[in-house]
Amino acid sequence: MNTIPLDYEILRLIWWALLGILLMGFAVMGGNDLGVGALLPFVARNDEERRVVINIVGPTWEGNQVWLVLGGGAIFAAWPALYAVSFSGFYLAMITILLALILRPVAFKFRGKMKDPTWRSTWDWALFIGGFVPALIFGVAVGNVLLGVPFDLDATLRASYTGNFFGLLRPFALLSGLLSVSMLVAHGAAVIALRTNGKVAERARLYGRAAALASILLFAVGGLWVSMMNGYAVTSVQDALGPSNPLYKTVSLVSGGWLSNYATHPWMIAAPVLGFVGSLLAFVGLSGRASKTALLGTTIAIVGTIATAGLSLFPFLLPSSIDPAASLTVWDASSSHLTLFIMLIATIVFLPIVLLYTGFVFRVMRGTVTPTSLGRNPNAY
Amino acid sequence: MIDFTVVDLARLQFAATALYHFLFVPLTLGLSFLMAIMESVYVMTGREVWRRMTLFWGTLFGINFAMGVATGIVMEFQFGMNWSYYSHYVGDVFGAPLAIEGLMAFFLEATFIGLFFFGWDRLPKAGHLVVTWLVALGANFSALWILIANGWMQNPVGSTFNPDTMRMEVSDFAAVLFNPVAQAKFVHTVSAGYTTGAMFVMAISAWFILRGRHLDLAKRSMAVAASFGIASALSVVVLGDESGYVATEHQKMKIAAIEAMWHTEPAPAGLTIFALPGKDGNRFEVKIPWILGLMTTRSLDKEVPGILPLVEHAKDRIRNGMVASTDLDAIRKDPKNQEARAAFAKNWPDLGYALLLKRYREDIQNATPEQIDQAARDTIPDVGTLFWSFRIMVALGLYMIAFFATAFVLSSLHKLGNNRTLLKIAVWSLPVPWLAIESGWLVAEYGRQPWAIEGVLPTFYAASGLSVIDMLISLSFFLILYTALLVVMVILMVKTIKAGPGDYSMLEGAPDTDRLPQSAAA
Repeated sequence: MNTIPLDYEILRLIWWALLGILLMGFAVMGGNDLGVGALLPFVARNDEERRVVINIVGPTWEGNQVWLVLGGGAIFAAWPALYAVSFSGFYLAMITILLALILRPVAFKFRGKMKDPTWRSTWDWALFIGGFVPALIFGVAVGNVLLGVPFDLDATLRASYTGNFFGLLRPFALLSGLLSVSMLVAHGAAVIALRTNGKVAERARLYGRAAALASILLFAVGGLWVSMMNGYAVTSVQDALGPSNPLYKTVSLVSGGWLSNYATHPWMIAAPVLGFVGSLLAFVGLSGRASKTALLGTTIAIVGTIATAGLSLFPFLLPSSIDPAASLTVWDASSSHLTLFIMLIATIVFLPIVLLYTGFVFRVMRGTVTPTSLGRNPNAY
Repeated sequence: MIDFTVVDLARLQFAATALYHFLFVPLTLGLSFLMAIMESVYVMTGREVWRRMTLFWGTLFGINFAMGVATGIVMEFQFGMNWSYYSHYVGDVFGAPLAIEGLMAFFLEATFIGLFFFGWDRLPKAGHLVVTWLVALGANFSALWILIANGWMQNPVGSTFNPDTMRMEVSDFAAVLFNPVAQAKFVHTVSAGYTTGAMFVMAISAWFILRGRHLDLAKRSMAVAASFGIASALSVVVLGDESGYVATEHQKMKIAAIEAMWHTEPAPAGLTIFALPGKDGNRFEVKIPWILGLMTTRSLDKEVPGILPLVEHAKDRIRNGMVASTDLDAIRKDPKNQEARAAFAKNWPDLGYALLLKRYREDIQNATPEQIDQAARDTIPDVGTLFWSFRIMVALGLYMIAFFATAFVLSSLHKLGNNRTLLKIAVWSLPVPWLAIESGWLVAEYGRQPWAIEGVLPTFYAASGLSVIDMLISLSFFLILYTALLVVMVILMVKTIKAGPGDYSMLEGAPDTDRLPQSAAA
């Protein structure tokens, strides 16, 4: 294995960062579509207005959703233990997300194929569910990760999960879900405000401002809450170059433990600061007519908030509440040294190409969407 | 303990969602190429009808594609959700092609599909043509990576079991990429997709011609579909044979079951064309001498092993796997035990066979000879289903060659549009490629049982530790939603077809420079 030019520890760190970047990629790219979906019935009140909103994201939402698909694939490939435990552990939550996400593509495509108002409003609500429900549950899931998840591993590393769906709905997790919804709604609102005008944009600014304020408030309450709840700490020496077996360590609970990284590495405070600054910027941008500033703000808020969660947990990926020693960490839940390296090469080759053509498509599709501009294209939704 | 009801429900869910997803994928593969061909003709000749063809078939493509996207995400997430131990056990190898599929294929396809629909009046002609080709290319790359992943399930090369992490890990990624099973499956599967696209275009165009509607569009579409169809249908069968040849090297049991061949015959073996397979042999069979041996080994003297001798062989592997399992326990107790490590390094390839015993007892090292016999018999897949689904697939494949050959000849003689018999046959042949493909899925994946990963991980051992209630909830939600969506989709497809090609004139005059329409410049 000494033919691999990067050592195992570095590769694990890189893949931890890439995991964060892919989740941010989905939250920023796919998240604006989710936010737009969640806002759809409220900012757009008649069929023409709704068509405008839907067609703002219509040409690009499919590419954006691939960030989620890639996120799932990358967790499978780089963090198989995390993929195995979290996807089966959050079972009914995942099913709910899937059902919501199944509705989305068909809602986009099918809605415009018939003129009947009931038909169209049914798909509008499908788009709402397809946006709101995943936004909420992804947040609830992150909240549960911070709280610890009830799973253990047997000697063959088979995971057993003792929780259930309603066990996920703990107060802190719900708060985290609401934070996720407000951030993505503010994000979607900024996109709508940027891409259309008139009443729809006005309403989007209003909802967006409220959502940005809610994000600031919920993020602050969340931070205080985290400072008072139990975090986890590895109490044995963990070999960063060792085999990926979560049972080789011991772990204990420490009150306020999720904040200890900020004491050791004060620069990490930049992440929560970005979370606040971003939402503030979004609020200011949406109050004026600076929609681009607002979009920059919501993007910074999302990146800062996800980074905060990741840095607080580090080196944990998924703490276990019933058997803390079985918790998954960056040093014991990754793929093999070789797989991490191969996947890194694939990412370095392909991700820049993806970013390049995504940028191209957004450039071609830029501009204001209005009822007149829609009339031109029979393929429009 | 493993709950076998959960395992059965997880398997049912996988089969249902995979078969359902696979209603849409082949059409995406085939139709995207047909659209790219039509648009190429438009760009080269400048003749408007070819653009209308691209747009009309594009509308149907879009409806189908939405269903493919909606059901595809379930496929990816399902491994972690229902097959948690599988994900842990082989994620190091199996996850990589899935992730690369996202990076290389899905992004390409999904990013440009938006531009395909929305970019007509924003891109120059040649630019839009490139977009259409990129969508087709993305769809095909996606098939490549998913079949590299699937090929590894059938023939797990380039990987080793690591006793410290209790899972399979990549040792030679090139071997995973260039897995001969994956290569053969890729060509076989995409050709089947092209055939599906061709049949779809043939059937709908024939329906238009029979009603005297949209003749210019329908006749040209048929001509393209006939030539594309004959090339694809031939390559499905020719390269399907390649797939069978490869399987004899690695999946002898599957071939024996497909042929319902219980005993090894003197070479070259005969081909059974009719049989009623039972538990230990066939109650009735009709054989053609020599053919099977020639087809699968391409020689006169190599034997094709039968089911029962393969079961005997499995017993040896189970016994050796029990030794590997003892070594593994010793390593777990004392990771420094070099003697156990050396022994395990030699015996691990049979560990999967010993895991078959987990169905009968936890402490597999103490299995009785009867339990070993039972576990060895478990390696026999469902012979009757395999035998017949294979024959249905082959018969339909041959039918499609005959159909497309006739259509191609008539089309070359410019007689295709007047031959009402063939047109009617074309309309009624619409479901044929789907029946063939779903039978093919059964042969490949149901035929892989009892293994999730051939020889490495038994299916029942790979499932998540969920409750029956969880599984029933998810399965019923999927079935209800999928059924409802299928009904809606068919209604929309029929409505779109009946309406025929629309008025696409507002998209005319696509700019030849990178000029944006006024509304976009604001």
